[in-house]
Amino acid sequence: MRRPEAGAFAAFIITYLFFALATPGTGFVSVNGTAGWLNLASELGIVAIPVGLLMISGEFDLSIGSTVGAASMILALGTNHFGLPIWPTVFLALAAGAAIGLANGLAVVKTKLPSFIVTLATNFIVIGGTMGISRLLANVTSSSIVASDSAKFMFAARWGQANISILWWLVVAFIGYRVLSRSVFGNWIFATGGNLDAARGAGVPVQRVKISLFVATGVAAALVGIIQGVQWNSGNSTYGMGYVFQAPIVVVIGGVLLTGGYGSVMGIVLGTALFGVISSGIFYTGWNTDWIQLFLGSLLAAAVLANNYVRRLALTSR
Amino acid sequence: MTQPLMELVQVDKSFGSTRALNAVSMKVEAGKILCLLGDNGAGKSTLIKVLSGYHQPTAGKLLFEGRETRFASPREARQGGIATVHQDVGSIPLMSVGRNFFLGAEPVRGRWPFRSIDTQRANKVAVEQMQKFGLTRVRSGDQLVGTMSGGERQVLAIGRAMYFGAKMLILDEPTSALGVKEASMVLKMMRVARQNGVAIVFITHNARHAMSVGDNFVVLIQGEVAASFARGEKSREEVLNLMAGGEDMAELEEDLEQID
Repeated sequence: MRRPEAGAFAAFIITYLFFALATPGTGFVSVNGTAGWLNLASELGIVAIPVGLLMISGEFDLSIGSTVGAASMILALGTNHFGLPIWPTVFLALAAGAAIGLANGLAVVKTKLPSFIVTLATNFIVIGGTMGISRLLANVTSSSIVASDSAKFMFAARWGQANISILWWLVVAFIGYRVLSRSVFGNWIFATGGNLDAARGAGVPVQRVKISLFVATGVAAALVGIIQGVQWNSGNSTYGMGYVFQAPIVVVIGGVLLTGGYGSVMGIVLGTALFGVISSGIFYTGWNTDWIQLFLGSLLAAAVLANNYVRRLALTSR
Repeated sequence: MTQPLMELVQVDKSFGSTRALNAVSMKVEAGKILCLLGDNGAGKSTLIKVLSGYHQPTAGKLLFEGRETRFASPREARQGGIATVHQDVGSIPLMSVGRNFFLGAEPVRGRWPFRSIDTQRANKVAVEQMQKFGLTRVRSGDQLVGTMSGGERQVLAIGRAMYFGAKMLILDEPTSALGVKEASMVLKMMRVARQNGVAIVFITHNARHAMSVGDNFVVLIQGEVAASFARGEKSREEVLNLMAGGEDMAELEEDLEQID
């Protein structure tokens, strides 16, 4: 019970069993059913991991939604309107994600304003900018993407019902785990979020930690935009708007403290998987999908309470 | 007499038109505890910040190991071997003892990209150091620092600074928030540090704590050195009077009685 992911693990098992038992014979537990909820979780999961690391370092990023849309539009305009080959355009989209992250990071670190507000502003600036520029250049706000076979394989390959995004999720999760739990930089992330002054006093470059994480978040969001764009063969400025709050929600469900300084990648992965199970499980029950929101909201409330409890437990002496 | 580790000569520090420090001269010697006393607003925090490189003196000289020095930043002072342990304790409650101990100087093993923190070594060294300083209650480096008491955290912070080769420790009110037992643990720790030849600047409000470990004393009043003396040269009453801003403590007590 002392580990940050303990609550998410229990909630995942209970929820999974609930849907498995409530939907007998519908195929929820089948290979295809499993691929279904993993697909749903994976794209959110790719961006939730850096968002979670950023929250552990004490900052929010609400600009991920518009970054996803912007990346998909860069791909669409680049390949369709300007006739660029796909791969350079992919790197351009990733660079745009990095640039948005860098702008967020610099703005938060230099102005010392709450990142909640700074990145909320960025979210609107980026989506507005994407739509405006797309209209100016091509008079559209969504457009189709021309992808090569190699790009289609890397971002949209499918095995049965399972998308390649699940692999991307695993890769990002593995990197996230190595960074947070094993690397020196990970120690700095915890320290920056746990006690900023103490971290600075110990020589941790706290500004660099935060800016790096903002950049990583921007790149991850752009990757999701690329995956979605290639998968659906089109770019759209409004892709990813759902992630703005879904990502922080699954991160908190995964046991990351809102105040920073505590959490784990395993927890974030479990929180995201839980989101996938609920979103997909509701379909199998045949209930109205409106209930998803209610489920998520209740889980979030329960998670915040549980996190506080786990934190207190962790701080009591044995 | 041996050369002091750090010496301030006629140091002034002004912020705009306000003068926070006025012609402060003092010597910090290796293997000695210098107690810095003074009421709130006497300029203690400004002086600490000058010693630790946060502020640069407006005028006057700062000599470190005999050479005139100007620390451009706290980092530079730290590299020179000056460690500051703050009142609010520079530790991170939700991180383990081992991770806290080595924060900013983590031991690593393996090759990039599989290089990782050597948690085992970090935990082992951290616990060894804590035991050496008498913290027998800390047995596992995985224990979260938040489970330790305020005094234990001070000891951790001081032990950490010493392990990383601090020549001079600046302790900002390390005992003020602690109970009697906890405070005596920290005072003992300061004695250990002194035996190891570390120069200590001990900032405190508590005359009893100061008298119990101090070798030299400097009293600041309104940014100036009001008194500077060695152990045994002044009685506790005199020290208390000086700390109260030069007013007679007895007079103060009379005043208070009149109010009643």
